[in-house]
Amino acid sequence: MTAVTEKAPAVALSPKDSRESFKLAKFPVYLAVLLIAVVWLIPALGILVNSFRNPQAIQSAGWWTVVGELFNPETWTLQNYSTVLDQGFANAFANSLAVTIPAVAIPITVAAFAAYAFAWMDFPGRNLMFAAVVGLMVVPLQMALIPISRIYVGLDITGSFPGLWLAHTGFGLPLAVYLLRNYMGSLSSSLIESAQIDGASHFTIFTRLILPLSMPVLAAFATLQFLWVWNDYLIALVFLGVARPDNNVLTVELANLQGQFGEGALNLLPAAAFVSMVLPLVVFFLLQRYFVRGLTAGSVKG
Amino acid sequence: MTATPPVLRDEELETGRPLEEPGSHDNSVQIWLLRLASALIVPAVLVVFFFTFEFLQDPATNKVVQVVVAVIVGVGGVWLLYWALDRLVNVLPERAGVGVRPFVFAGPALMILGFYLVYPTIDTAVTSLRNASGDEFVGLNNYTRIFTESQYLVSLRNSVIWAIVVPIVCVVVGLAVATLADMLPRKTENFFKSLVFLPMAVSFVGAAVVFAFIYSFRVEGFGEQIGLLNAIWTGFGASAVDWMRVAIWNNLFLMVILIWLQTGFAMVILSAAIKGVPDDIVEAARIDGANEWQVFRRITVPTIASTIVVVWTTILITTWKVYDIVAVMTGGEDGTSVVAERMVTEFFTFQNNGVGAALAVVLLIVVMPILVINIKRFREQEALR
Repeated sequence: MTAVTEKAPAVALSPKDSRESFKLAKFPVYLAVLLIAVVWLIPALGILVNSFRNPQAIQSAGWWTVVGELFNPETWTLQNYSTVLDQGFANAFANSLAVTIPAVAIPITVAAFAAYAFAWMDFPGRNLMFAAVVGLMVVPLQMALIPISRIYVGLDITGSFPGLWLAHTGFGLPLAVYLLRNYMGSLSSSLIESAQIDGASHFTIFTRLILPLSMPVLAAFATLQFLWVWNDYLIALVFLGVARPDNNVLTVELANLQGQFGEGALNLLPAAAFVSMVLPLVVFFLLQRYFVRGLTAGSVKG
Repeated sequence: MTATPPVLRDEELETGRPLEEPGSHDNSVQIWLLRLASALIVPAVLVVFFFTFEFLQDPATNKVVQVVVAVIVGVGGVWLLYWALDRLVNVLPERAGVGVRPFVFAGPALMILGFYLVYPTIDTAVTSLRNASGDEFVGLNNYTRIFTESQYLVSLRNSVIWAIVVPIVCVVVGLAVATLADMLPRKTENFFKSLVFLPMAVSFVGAAVVFAFIYSFRVEGFGEQIGLLNAIWTGFGASAVDWMRVAIWNNLFLMVILIWLQTGFAMVILSAAIKGVPDDIVEAARIDGANEWQVFRRITVPTIASTIVVVWTTILITTWKVYDIVAVMTGGEDGTSVVAERMVTEFFTFQNNGVGAALAVVLLIVVMPILVINIKRFREQEALR
């Protein structure tokens, strides 16, 4: 870290210039960053390599031993993936989609209307109610597990997708309302006022003006909520999997497989893990910008 | 019928906030009943539709059909409903309409929040004062058990260790990567940052599986060590270790998984903050002869202190509620139990509602100060607007 100790030249360079000069002096910096990145990558790399190896090879030698036989065609196979997909993971993938898509779409709709009201309408208790929403962001969802699962069991709706959609809606709403309201509230008030003068109703202003302008924050929340629902284990386990195993989502199925570690599941786990990760990784790479924006804006969440 | 355009007042233009519209604070009983009704209709229709239509419940139904119906009803249908209610409000007398309309918009969200978060919180708090089956009031007995019996004390101890170690390591490593990467050319910087950020897309369960292949252990004579850690360990001549069963230290090995997942979050947020440090201050310090470490220590860190606190608390909350990693890796065996994991075990495995609820309340109480600070900060921001 002490590598770049040269004084700035007397001739004023633009800031980024002085940052990017002295290439040689930055060698230790490159080395340090590279080291951390490699350490971060190795765990995932190991499992990626393993997922394409022969089942017997996975069982008998560590993944790093492929280095010697990289170009041996017998090293690589797609067999694990086809086995895993046949053994319930194709079904679980469909279940995860069936849970996630509505569990992202519904809260966004409900939250957008509420956020507009909190930002641009006046009603008794508005600030108090919004403060309550801010507070609810931190409440651990463990608080809801016992009462809600009691109600779900009573109504005999555990194991159903709709129960999960609404639960994810409830748990995602505080952050959604908070993010959207702050964004909508920061839009220019003169814009809305001129629309009002032109006789536009709240509904028209909301659908024609505010929603199109709010696309960045809607995308940010959608990305966050997608990753959160897709990767969720606890809610799916409690409200879905226990009652109806054929509705299991990927995380629950993967955890079950992990439970059989050592009983021959070892060669299936890497491929199974990657099946569960592939969609979030794609979303992550395509929508990273929105994801970062959502994270930055929502970092007050619990 | 279109709403009459409200006449703008000077104050409204200045503050940019809508002022009290006539009728919006009408608190008569009828208005409140209308407000309540309009807030309830959307959630009620969702529930009725989702749970009375057998095909959504039937596992034999094609999942594509279920999803399409859910999205159409959940987005299109709900949208139509908001629109219809908004139209209905137009029929109301002007004063009543202005008072009710906000509840058409905000009400459904508030009702859903009430059902999924507010009511359960109260219910859980009450349940925590009752016995295992919930039919007898036992006062604070469940809490005394949590804070005296060794099985729960282990969970509490571990949760506290997690909450201390994980956020600090994440912030320190995240800050280091963000600072170092900031010195590199933009493209190189973004590449390295993506690598560290990548685990943010991975589920906790997925991460547990990833690390199962690092911590994997085989009794000697039962094949080669396929776990990376044991391969390195035995490479140094030591005998293989079952990392998940080494008391106390196994907790640390589990924490590494969460650190792997969360450091990217710390790095991204802190990196954005570092980019916001004014360049002229940094340049001025360099001209005065400050080296990079001094610039980092005296300028960067103090400038981004508030962001560091936000990142630290966010990771603290995540860590405090960690469940998946422990449940999947060890199931809380060998002294690795944490509060959130113990809570689920008590409730679902032992069917002990009282203790389970009390553990959930413990989870809540610890994050309570953060909740209060968030609300306070929000109110201060509002006062400035």
